[in-house]
Amino acid sequence: MKKLPPLLAWGLPALSGLLFVGLWYGVRAASGLQSWILPTPREIIAAAWQERETLLAAAGNTAAGALAGFLLAGVFGFLTALLLGVSRSLRAGLYPWLLVLQMTPVIVLTPVIVLWAGPGLPGIITVTWLISFFPIVANMTQGLLSTDMNHVALFRMCNASRLQEMLLLRVPSAMPYYLAGLRIAATLAPIGAIFGEYMVGNSAGGTGGLGFLVYRYNTQIKIPALFATALTSCLLGFIFVAAVAWLNWAVLHKWHDSFERTDH
Amino acid sequence: MAADAPIVKFTSLQKRYGDGPLVLSDINLAVAPGDFVTMIGPSGCGKSTVLKLVSGLSPWTAGGLTVAGVRPRQARDRQAFIFQDATLLPWLTAQLNAELPLRLRGVPAAERIAQASRMLGLVGLGGVRGYYPRQLSGGMRMRVSIARALTLAPQLLLLDEPFGALDEMTRNRLNEELLALRAAAPFTAMFVTHSVTEAVFLSNRILVMAAGPGRFHAEVPVDFPYPRRPELRERAEFQAKVNEVSHLLHEVEEPVRA
Repeated sequence: MKKLPPLLAWGLPALSGLLFVGLWYGVRAASGLQSWILPTPREIIAAAWQERETLLAAAGNTAAGALAGFLLAGVFGFLTALLLGVSRSLRAGLYPWLLVLQMTPVIVLTPVIVLWAGPGLPGIITVTWLISFFPIVANMTQGLLSTDMNHVALFRMCNASRLQEMLLLRVPSAMPYYLAGLRIAATLAPIGAIFGEYMVGNSAGGTGGLGFLVYRYNTQIKIPALFATALTSCLLGFIFVAAVAWLNWAVLHKWHDSFERTDH
Repeated sequence: MAADAPIVKFTSLQKRYGDGPLVLSDINLAVAPGDFVTMIGPSGCGKSTVLKLVSGLSPWTAGGLTVAGVRPRQARDRQAFIFQDATLLPWLTAQLNAELPLRLRGVPAAERIAQASRMLGLVGLGGVRGYYPRQLSGGMRMRVSIARALTLAPQLLLLDEPFGALDEMTRNRLNEELLALRAAAPFTAMFVTHSVTEAVFLSNRILVMAAGPGRFHAEVPVDFPYPRRPELRERAEFQAKVNEVSHLLHEVEEPVRA
């Protein structure tokens, strides 16, 4: 695909952003809606500044929960996929149940999670883990099974052991899949943490994360602050995705075709 | 085992996949040590299957097959396989790719590094050892693949259309290099190709195969002495041999109806 010149690559999103903000002000002016129903971007930024300490502390709490859940999902997702990749019978026996668990809306499980894992951080981490676990397992398993058949034949010809085939062939060739799973999980983890806080975090006392702020600002009808919380969540998600994008680059850029330098 | 005992021996071998049609029928062949046997024939004649059987990657249905006197799987230490595409692991450098077979056998690092470096040098890639496969041209990748196969010093080398995807100039060069490598460290070769010129230049025996079911149609001995020079391709005897094989190929590709 042809790359856009840098001026357009940065200019076009900036332009559409400006248009959107203009439209926002237009709707506000034309509708006559009040600030507590539709705050202007200016009011949101003002609220964000005013609540900056609360927001920052909450974002820190949320980031900790999201990161812990994400890392757990990354590690356990990897190991579970290895298990599913090693044995056809394990795959046949377990995969359908994993799908069933994935189909179960986490919202239904939340009260049970609070009951078992406890309110506050443990519950939040469990919710985050549950949400980000499946895309990792699904992608990585797919990757382990998509190994080039000629490469497998090469390993068989060299009398490679099952362990060698797994560690030296299947796992490295599944890395792009694993990282794609992590990318999806990175977008889900902060959402999972905020959702977890909203559902279970408020029973943990005053020091909640962003999800708790959503709950609080909503009951206080501080709508601009609510929008400011959304903005903060958005930034947090961006940091997660950027971190995984960097990891993806670090692991793949030397050899994977997706990082091919081209002249066209 | 006597010195002249065949390294590969097929006796009335038959092969079918599941209960599908016969893929190979009544295959009889004895490959002597030092032979360069090429199989050529229309698509679907089972020439690649012959190599898969020898390597122990695929079972046969009836008849017999031994490699160095034992079952193919037990003789894997003696053979190496070069695939249609270079089948390099894209996440490893040329050097690490060439080391792979030695690594899988638990050869100590120092020894495998030295051995792989030497082979890469022999195929003219000493300068790009640290390159990843995607940074190499098709011809260079195939050279890495050859170096990788030869690090094991195999007695028997199986080559499944290794140069099919390369341009003619590169292909001719690699044909010459392959023969030079074989002169330096002798191996028996079983080679599959679609190119008659390549078959005549490389082999001392050409087996023309027919399809439906796959079988040996005719054997053409090629007596030009080794080492063979590139100029051989321009000689009239060479052209005559090419014509002879092409003629046989026409016979199996357009069967005469009674």
